[in-house]
Amino acid sequence: MAARRFESTGSTGTLLHIDWTRCDGRGLCTELLGDQLDRDEWGYPLARVDSGSLEARDRSNVPIPADQQDAAADAVALCPVQALRLVPRP
Amino acid sequence: MDAALWAIGRGTGVVGLVALTLAVLLGIVTRSGRPLPGLPRFAITLVHRNLSLVACVFVLIHVVALFFDSFAQLTLLDFVVPFFGSFLPFWQGLGTVAVDLLIAVTVTALLRNRLGLRAFRLVHWLTYALWPIALAHAIGNGTDGTSPWFLWLAGISTLAVVAALSWRVSARFVEFRSVRTGETS
Repeated sequence: MAARRFESTGSTGTLLHIDWTRCDGRGLCTELLGDQLDRDEWGYPLARVDSGSLEARDRSNVPIPADQQDAAADAVALCPVQALRLVPRP
Repeated sequence: MDAALWAIGRGTGVVGLVALTLAVLLGIVTRSGRPLPGLPRFAITLVHRNLSLVACVFVLIHVVALFFDSFAQLTLLDFVVPFFGSFLPFWQGLGTVAVDLLIAVTVTALLRNRLGLRAFRLVHWLTYALWPIALAHAIGNGTDGTSPWFLWLAGISTLAVVAALSWRVSARFVEFRSVRTGETS
């Protein structure tokens, strides 16, 4: 099952795009994606720098590994202000 | 059979109201952005949603059971158009208004990600009208509406909702509000 999910989403994974005009720092995404996202001192999501090469420094496009796709999809669906979107990794 | 339908109608009405009360309280906690002990933020959102759906199911059974009850004498019209009932039309009409609001709030909540936030939020605020109307319907129309145990339940529920609402409108409601406005540090 895990292997199939891995294949279907591709080994490159996706990017979690954060729309800062909408983000209110409610913290649901930082709970669901604890390995990828931290909270800054005002509660807003902050990509963890160690979560995948230099890309992780981009605060608006957080790389999501294949095994976290479901959690990322949950975060997108549950975001109370619709600030999240999954985009294909370039 | 009538006694059974009447008992089901009574019971599901009370349980539906309790579920609705808890859903309102959890909805306010959801908006605060704060976790509860043992319940992270995303879980509060999900419990809020599921509890609301449970309330809808109980209200549906409540309405259908009383539709087939010979004493309540509901017509299909009474499901959606208020104040045309044969028994206590005003108090029963409040129930119909609450059902209409519940349908609007639930449908827009389930379609939230398609509707957009503004429409969702506008309709969702109707919950603050829905809840007291449903409570008034329970007290005014319910067989147990004015019995002491139910008035205790209604009183405690009202206290809880009023307390949650005062917290909702207080300055410190949203998590990180104090740091974001620079009141501290």
